[in-house]
Amino acid sequence: MARSMNTAARSTNASARSTNRSVPVRPWRGLVLAGAALYFLVPLAASVIFTVDVPGEGVTFDAYTQIFGTDGFVSSLLLSLELAAATIAIVLLLMVPAMVALRLGAPKLRPVVEVVCSLPLVVPPIAFVAGIGTVLKWGPEHLSRTPLFQTFTAIQNPDFPFVLVLAYVVMALPFVYRALDAGLRAMDVRTLVEAARSCGAGWPQALVRAVLPNLRGALLNASFLTLALVLGEFTVAQLLGFQPFAVWIVNVSGSQAQLSVAVSVLSLLVTWALLLALAGFGGRSRTAPRG
Amino acid sequence: MTATLTRVDVAPPVASPKRRRHAPGWLAVVPLLAFVALAFGIPALAMLNGAFTVKDPATGATSYTTANLTASLKGAYLTALLGSVKLSAVSAVISAVLGLLLAQAVVTSRFRALREAVLTASGVLANFGGVPLAFAFVATLGNSGVLTRYLDLTDKGWDLYSFWGLVIVYLYFLIPLMVLTITPALDGLRVQWREAARNNGATAVQYWRHVALPVLAPSLLGGFVLLFGSAFAAYATAAAMVGSSIPLVTLQIADAISGNVLVGQENVALALSLDMVLVAGLVMAVYLPLQRRSARWLEA
Repeated sequence: MARSMNTAARSTNASARSTNRSVPVRPWRGLVLAGAALYFLVPLAASVIFTVDVPGEGVTFDAYTQIFGTDGFVSSLLLSLELAAATIAIVLLLMVPAMVALRLGAPKLRPVVEVVCSLPLVVPPIAFVAGIGTVLKWGPEHLSRTPLFQTFTAIQNPDFPFVLVLAYVVMALPFVYRALDAGLRAMDVRTLVEAARSCGAGWPQALVRAVLPNLRGALLNASFLTLALVLGEFTVAQLLGFQPFAVWIVNVSGSQAQLSVAVSVLSLLVTWALLLALAGFGGRSRTAPRG
Repeated sequence: MTATLTRVDVAPPVASPKRRRHAPGWLAVVPLLAFVALAFGIPALAMLNGAFTVKDPATGATSYTTANLTASLKGAYLTALLGSVKLSAVSAVISAVLGLLLAQAVVTSRFRALREAVLTASGVLANFGGVPLAFAFVATLGNSGVLTRYLDLTDKGWDLYSFWGLVIVYLYFLIPLMVLTITPALDGLRVQWREAARNNGATAVQYWRHVALPVLAPSLLGGFVLLFGSAFAAYATAAAMVGSSIPLVTLQIADAISGNVLVGQENVALALSLDMVLVAGLVMAVYLPLQRRSARWLEA
């Protein structure tokens, strides 16, 4: 009886939805989408035109062909990529075991970790870098006779400023927390681990072969967000006096406006392509359960 | 048979999992907490300490005072703080409304590809603002930008390096952020609610006023607060675009840190940073409970 009513209800639902679908007149939607497309695409298109159509020179692709030859491009980009790789490795090594452990045991710690990972949101990057700058000044001022001084010098090595990695890991925590939390919420970690354990897997094996493959989408998501954050990061690096990619673009813009816009457009497009690829790769597992 | 089974089933769980459940939990969380204490806690404390100390240039002695905080709420610094609040509030309101419209247009769309494309693009644009964004707009609407030249905007009084110019640029990353924030909430609006409202004779307007908006209210407000905080903390875009021609608190802090204005203003910069942390803390204190509330609504 109940079941037949349910089916009846479902069929009216279905019919309502199908009539809904056959009514195409929603002019506001087209208007909104067209407006959004205009607003978001015009600056990109205009940037491309700006780099190609130089006043007084006509159409030229110099801005793009010059990029690789320009001083500092390769080194700053490589520096940014190295920083990103280090940041991703450290943030995942810190966060994945902690998040899985919070699901398995120690649920009392969960609010603590949530608050700790949200703290960087309360301290804007500019305030954070003001604090870091103050700490770094302690080096020459107070610690010059202690072994800590060498550590201070080492983490500020301009070839690989590890202090930036420390800052970026902190800044990535909120995003990584959210990505991993969403991934872990979609699966039953405890059952998974117990199943793996009862099949004879050890703890590391259960983690690596049962939990992590199910977290693939979340891990990719977290890595990508961190990558985008580090590649685009300007505030901390500029104010501490290092020159990764974003700082280089600004420094070069004074003398070569076309070039800096060309690099900006390219970096936006490359990031976009990367994310689209990730969405295609990891998206299936993410959208499947929603049906 | 049964005896061995029960022994296997019952005996170990009493002893080992209890130990197991606690030990890895603590051990795995400790490195994270230690790292945050080191890389975040020390700079934060240094900022707090610096905001409340002054150094006597003659003797080199430091003393605790609230002079920095008072200075940070006066004159040019206060103008900058208010300028940031105004810019953030205006851009957040506009992007919250436009973001909601765009998200609703995408969520109700028949085309899955459109939805995926918009959400993916939003993910990029919301996170990848900063410098490239500033330059894209300089190339479009700046003094020698493409649109400015083609449409003669300068003659019509257009100036990208102004308050409204910055608002237009900020919308570029705030609207996508709003789309990302509000889409899960819009997904959570059940088709059945709309149908039930319609079956009871409600018009679309009535449905939105009495059903959808009240359910969405926590998410909308939470989204607005998040956008505000995001705009308030933004530095790179403004720095790459306008230099310091617009009074913004982030630009003031950067100037003071790098000693551009006056020597010895570093501690005022720390006090300004503390002001920002207080505003951002307020933002989070509003946002997190709202987000939890909307999550409860939509999961129930």
